[in-house]
Amino acid sequence: MDVLSPYKEATDVILEAGGEPLKLCYQCGLCTGICPWNLVRSFLVRRIMHAAQLGAIDFGSEDIWTCVTCRACVQRCPRGVEIIDVMRALRRAVASMGIGVVPDALRISAKNIAGVGNPLGEAPEKRNDWAKDLKVKNFASGTEILYFPCCVPSYDPDVKTIARSTATIFNKLKIDYGLIGTEAKCCGESIRKAGHEDTFQSLAQNNINLFTSNGVKTVVVSSPHCYHTFKNEYPELGSKFEVIHTTQYLASLIEQGKLKLSKEINKKVIYSDPCYLGRHNSVYDEPRKVLQSIPGLELIEFPDAREEGLCCGGGGGRIWMDTPKGERFSDIRVEQAVAKGADIIALACPYCFLNYRDSVLSMGKAETMQVKDIAELVAEAI
Amino acid sequence: MEEIKTGVYICHCGLNIAGTVNVEEVARYAGTLPNVVVARDYRYMCSDPGQALIKDDIKNLGLNRVVVASCSPRMHEPTFRRACQDAGLNPYLFEHANIREHCSWVHDDRQIATEKAKDLVRAAVRRVFYNEPLEIKERPLNPNVLVVGGGIAGIQAALDIANGEHRVYLVEKEPAIGGHMAQLDRTFPTLDCSECILTPKMTEVGQHPFITLLAYSEVEEVAGSVGNFKVRVKKKARYVDEEKCTGCGVCEEKCPWKVDSEYEVGMGKRGVVYVPFAQAIPHVATIDKERCVYFLKGKCRACEKFCDAKAIDFEQKDEIVELEVGSIILTTGYDVFDSRRIPQYGYGRYDNVLTGLEFERMTCAAGPTGGKVLLKDGRQPESVAIIHCVGSRDENYHEYCSRVCCMYALKYAHLIKENTQAEVYQMYIDMRCFGEGFEEFYRRVCDEGVNFIRGKVAKVTDVALTEGEQGKLAVIAEDTLLGGIIRVPVDMVILCPALEARFGAEDVAKLFTINRRADGFFMERHVKLDPVATATEGVYIAGCCEGPKDIPDTVAQASAAAAKALSVISRGRVVIEPTTAQVNEVLCQACGRCEEICDFHAPKVISKDGLRVSSVDAALCKGCGACAVVCPTGAMSVRHSTREQINGMVEALLEV
Ligand SMILES: Cc1cc2nc3c(=O)[nH]c(=O)nc-3n(C[C@H](O)[C@H](O)[C@H](O)COP(=O)(O)OP(=O)(O)OC[C@H]3O[C@@H](n4cnc5c(N)ncnc54)[C@H](O)[C@@H]3O)c2cc1C
Ligand code: SF4
Ligand code: SF4
Repeated sequence: MDVLSPYKEATDVILEAGGEPLKLCYQCGLCTGICPWNLVRSFLVRRIMHAAQLGAIDFGSEDIWTCVTCRACVQRCPRGVEIIDVMRALRRAVASMGIGVVPDALRISAKNIAGVGNPLGEAPEKRNDWAKDLKVKNFASGTEILYFPCCVPSYDPDVKTIARSTATIFNKLKIDYGLIGTEAKCCGESIRKAGHEDTFQSLAQNNINLFTSNGVKTVVVSSPHCYHTFKNEYPELGSKFEVIHTTQYLASLIEQGKLKLSKEINKKVIYSDPCYLGRHNSVYDEPRKVLQSIPGLELIEFPDAREEGLCCGGGGGRIWMDTPKGERFSDIRVEQAVAKGADIIALACPYCFLNYRDSVLSMGKAETMQVKDIAELVAEAI
Repeated sequence: MEEIKTGVYICHCGLNIAGTVNVEEVARYAGTLPNVVVARDYRYMCSDPGQALIKDDIKNLGLNRVVVASCSPRMHEPTFRRACQDAGLNPYLFEHANIREHCSWVHDDRQIATEKAKDLVRAAVRRVFYNEPLEIKERPLNPNVLVVGGGIAGIQAALDIANGEHRVYLVEKEPAIGGHMAQLDRTFPTLDCSECILTPKMTEVGQHPFITLLAYSEVEEVAGSVGNFKVRVKKKARYVDEEKCTGCGVCEEKCPWKVDSEYEVGMGKRGVVYVPFAQAIPHVATIDKERCVYFLKGKCRACEKFCDAKAIDFEQKDEIVELEVGSIILTTGYDVFDSRRIPQYGYGRYDNVLTGLEFERMTCAAGPTGGKVLLKDGRQPESVAIIHCVGSRDENYHEYCSRVCCMYALKYAHLIKENTQAEVYQMYIDMRCFGEGFEEFYRRVCDEGVNFIRGKVAKVTDVALTEGEQGKLAVIAEDTLLGGIIRVPVDMVILCPALEARFGAEDVAKLFTINRRADGFFMERHVKLDPVATATEGVYIAGCCEGPKDIPDTVAQASAAAAKALSVISRGRVVIEPTTAQVNEVLCQACGRCEEICDFHAPKVISKDGLRVSSVDAALCKGCGACAVVCPTGAMSVRHSTREQINGMVEALLEV
């Protein structure tokens, strides 16, 4: 029989890696009750917290890599435990100190990011190729806005549409914007959550230097992940620019009367809150405002929306890992959208886009259920 | 004799009675009974219109007896007595039949329940026939108050009353006041230094013009009742003249014999002649006669030679002090459970297994280690386990929760973290942090990095299973949150033993004629609505003698008890219930059996005009009737429960 014994050295490693908040956990179990994983399989968050407190953690366990950092638990934890910080600390302990193993898929993405600055392993000089035919200028000192689309829409042929739709809208409205040079790298948000702190630090430093030397004052981003790290993490490392998510930017243009949507989209549209826009940054209203400004469009809601919104399954580095069929949150969401009679699932995050698109395809629903970024819908309605 | 005119009122109590008993039929039946001039049923007799029925009938029909058949007299006898009184009828001419608790609530069969209700009403009607008007008397009271026990509860109660300029006698059995609080280092959750907040109060007691402090004293006898207690106190000989002693401590220094100090719970020594602690009030020395070599062997008297004040007095005798007081507040506190009773925790066997109180002394700057947390061998511990619920919440020892241990366990964790680098493990079943600022303190201690392991400790052992356990104590439990056995190797174990009823609480309860609960603590009159009163009028309880509690609750109760006593004082008179025993002096043979049986010392055989007869002190008599039962001649009877009344009821019940 296994006998436990507190292992202080392990606890110290976790604390050192940023796991301090775990000390506050009083084992109520609310996090486990709230965590979306328990919709599809058992994931005992509370137990992980306690094992970490005692240093009795199995660093080889799959559990270390399970959390999607959706913040559902943190938002409700009665002791204010930053559970995601603890999960990140466990991953850091594995990744940087070599106790336990980093899952293969994650290792490859990490290597790509560290090597070529994007998780897809694509050539840095191709970063802005998506815009080749769209006549987008390069950002130069004095340009009002830097548009930063995120690595996925920059490279993934199926997701490019997000970036292209955004550029199309901006072009039509004659917005003074540009793209930064191909020295730009992944924002680093997810690789940081996946425990690769050093990689994050160097990515962030690279981007901050690049933006600062180009005189960037305002960045518009398509990904809530870029948004989150630019807004909340980069400033600690010296960044000073303003960050706006496309949905926020579009909403403000509509409000100012600069963006007028005239073409009708006579569809039922259901909006899925991205965790990093919603729970992590409390942006709930602007995406909805934009959708409601489209003539003919009927906005409907998921049974769990806004603060309760279900994660797509792609946060915390999970976007690079394989989630077996039957455990995919986006599958649950597609079912819900179908049940609600939606025609289109509207999104505001490239990771969501990847996951929902996969779900719709693998569930054989591509004929009846469309997956679109809000920028795409706006581009259609303009 | 005047004609007896009885009114009978049957209450529906909504459906509580009427649902099971045919109340109309009972009322009709009651109307046929002898001497009944009116019988009614009504939805709620206790309501204003219900009472008005009675009052109007008394006035209009000239009723001189009233029977209400309704709920328990505990509920509404006072209501209906008052109604009678308001209408000019002596309240003792009212009789209550309980057809709810005794009938409708315990029967299902309507027929049988209705018959039983009739029987009960018939008995009450017969009884009331023999009722006599009785007079309620009042007498003046003595405003002095006796407080027994000089812990924080007694200190607080004494000060509250004395500040109202009433005389307080504070009796403390130990040489100094302060109780357990004087032994504590810092107090949760604010971490105030116990000494700093207690000493000013102790000094105030010592100097208060309205407080007479009788330390090193015990109550020997209590007689009388609320308003007029007579109390005999034995002031034990200290063999030191309190007036002369300056508390300089030279005697203790020079005393060649050292024994374990009670104040330091055995972790420090004191002289056989000693001042218990630096801030002791009264600040005078006491010779521990049991252990004094002069008293044992007839030689020594070292102290006497060195005392400049000439205060040592080997001839001193115990002194008896007679007090007269109107109210009594008992604040005799608690004892700490003896952890040796749970041998598997190793207390008394392993050097570094301590109790909470021992740890209090250890962290106290003035204590035996100068405030340092140290192992027996002088090292600092690298790891400490704190074991909760030692003897509490355990049917093998005490079923109840001791209420303070979770919090002082957190306090210890904090103090250990503050003073050492040690890892601290709380081994708990539930964390109960319910008071003001408690949960916040719990959070703070979590944040300090203390480990919490949920599981009742099974065993503490020095048998090492692994290298890490070598030279340590392994604390074994199930970590119920991980679902596995956990062994925590530590250098020091602190036990949190239960707070239990004082040794001797039974005798104190007897002395003051109050009750104890099954757990041994003194019983309050009503757990919710009368928490500091007792079964005996004028005797109040406060602090841990009533059950485990922390200092804030203790002080609140002490002030509550003081307020009760002050309220009696401010009324200035006490009511004497007329339902007491009475002697028919013609029949009395002065056999004294009544005197023997009475728990309250009410009857006494006295000489009256040259004749020996029993005489009852109405102030002491509770009207229980024990004497009336043992009296062989029938001389003794209890007013309002006379032989005629009881026999009348029995006869009525047996007729059918
Ligand atoms: C280890 C430990 C730590 C604690 N820490 C805290 C804390 O941090 N904060 C907190 O709020 N509470 C704490 N408590 C609880 C606290 O000790 C009690 O709430 C408080 O002392 C109760 O006071 P008391 O006056 O009712 O009883 P006691 O302190 O027991 O005082 C009773 C007094 O009556 C005297 N006496 C007894 N019998 C007689 C008699 N027959 N005649 C005359 N005198 C008599 C005794 O000698 C004593 O002086 C702790 C308790 C323990 C065991
Ligand atoms: S919700 Fe917070 S306090 Fe409760 S178990 Fe989870 S982390 Fe711990
Ligand atoms: S952040 Fe989301 S996935 Fe991670 S533990 Fe909390 S609820 Fe579960």
